[in-house]
Amino acid sequence: MQTSFIVQAIQSVYQDVLTHEADIEKLDREIGDGDHYINLKRGCQTLQQLCPELAELTAQQALQKIGMTLLSSVGGASGPLLASFFITMAKTLQPTASQKDIALAFAEGVAAIGQRGKSGLGEKTMLDVLIPVAEQFKQMVSDGHSALEIAQQLPHVAAEGLESTRPLLATKGRAAGLGERAIGHLDAGAKSCEVIINSVCRLVIAQQNSEQ
Amino acid sequence: MKKFINQVDDILVESLQGFAKAHADIVKLHLSPNFITRQHKAHNKVALISGGGSGHEPLHSGFVGKGMLDAACPGYVFTSPSPDQMLAAAEAVECGKGVLFIVKNYAGDVMNFEMAAEMLSVPNATVLTNDDVAVLNSSYTTGRRGVAGTVIVEKTLGSLAETGADLAQCVAFGEKVNQRCGSMGVALTSCTVPAAGKPTFDIADHEIEMGVGIHGEPGRKREKLRPANDIVEDMINAILHDFESRNISPSQGVILLVNGFAATPLMELYLLYHAASDQLKQHGINIQRSLVGNYTTALDMAGASITLCASDAEILQHWDSPVHTAGLRWGI
Repeated sequence: MQTSFIVQAIQSVYQDVLTHEADIEKLDREIGDGDHYINLKRGCQTLQQLCPELAELTAQQALQKIGMTLLSSVGGASGPLLASFFITMAKTLQPTASQKDIALAFAEGVAAIGQRGKSGLGEKTMLDVLIPVAEQFKQMVSDGHSALEIAQQLPHVAAEGLESTRPLLATKGRAAGLGERAIGHLDAGAKSCEVIINSVCRLVIAQQNSEQ
Repeated sequence: MKKFINQVDDILVESLQGFAKAHADIVKLHLSPNFITRQHKAHNKVALISGGGSGHEPLHSGFVGKGMLDAACPGYVFTSPSPDQMLAAAEAVECGKGVLFIVKNYAGDVMNFEMAAEMLSVPNATVLTNDDVAVLNSSYTTGRRGVAGTVIVEKTLGSLAETGADLAQCVAFGEKVNQRCGSMGVALTSCTVPAAGKPTFDIADHEIEMGVGIHGEPGRKREKLRPANDIVEDMINAILHDFESRNISPSQGVILLVNGFAATPLMELYLLYHAASDQLKQHGINIQRSLVGNYTTALDMAGASITLCASDAEILQHWDSPVHTAGLRWGI
């Protein structure tokens, strides 16, 4: 993974998070406490300001820096969860990262979110998007699919994961107090992860297409 | 939205600056990372540090001072503070006997304080508060929320820490007080997070949200507005039922805290207190100590919570001891 890709991904994710302000806010107001979008936006803004500095680093260093920056700028539950993802990914990623290494590092990062949040699949959280995406990512890499094919497929997996949170009871986070009233609503954290995955995949697709 | 604002992004820091200026005899503000300490650092005691999202003032910054907290870490509105704040606060106030974090039980707060505790090099421990009886405890959830009972934990634990008690004694006492607290809230209106600009939830004029949390997160159920006495009866019963299920006995009396969420006038809070004291009398429960006012607020929400703390001699002794903070001041 190139640092230049990470920097572009930050720009792309920031734009897409802004675009989805209304969706994410609405979900969080319905079954959360209305702060998720604001925190996410603040994290994105802080990272964007950091881009010139990140561009000088190796991919591993950049991921570590991103994690520490999110930890101190996002707050809430998302801060430590996203930070755990990037810090673990930085630790796991090999300097000569192949597609397979990236998939494994991504999966390790997702596992770190699960450990920090003491959560797993089916609890109406961001993991309902991230775990299936990580699994599919690893699977497609080991089946020999191209980056383009993977980037085309993962948004569908993310969308299915997001939709899977609708009928669930929330057992983690603010929505846990709602009991059955959370049923029928999508999880805001799952939505923002779906937006982020879509954004990064679109960037990969655009790059692959321009290289061909 | 109609609020006193210059720039929405500056609300927190401007408010903290005003707080620190108004109470310069008691507290000192540190910025980037943000935390509040006592104006005069304590010595040879367990350093008590709390923190949480802003919007609950005076909790927690208003309880920094002699007899209560050594430091508080305010996050953004309704958002947990981050580990860098807690680490900087710990470094500033640690004075030889370790650090005790008092954390309200919310996923974000727990995770951020947990990461700070992992990174901190001095002995430290954490007391989680989870006094809200509205959220049923279950192995499937992160558990009950920490609400206004936190004030009672911070007051009494603050007093014990001033005596030079060690970290283990402080943890044990903090957990005991927390276990003996039960709270139930009710909202008449929503609150509006300034950066969101819109009410967090919709509620009709004739409706109340029973069991509401202190962030406007919905509670047990939406009900029709009824006479205050009926609402208080349900709240007291919910708390006493919870005490019973956890084998907590209020036979030695209670501390009764009627807490406003900010937009309900004191006049109504005293009306609620009147109703609550009648209810407790019917149950044969003595009120040992009382506190009425806005102590754990939810921005501009109208509503209130009732907290009962099943007290004993030790708890009352530490409740009565001198305290000098912006939010609570007596005995000095």
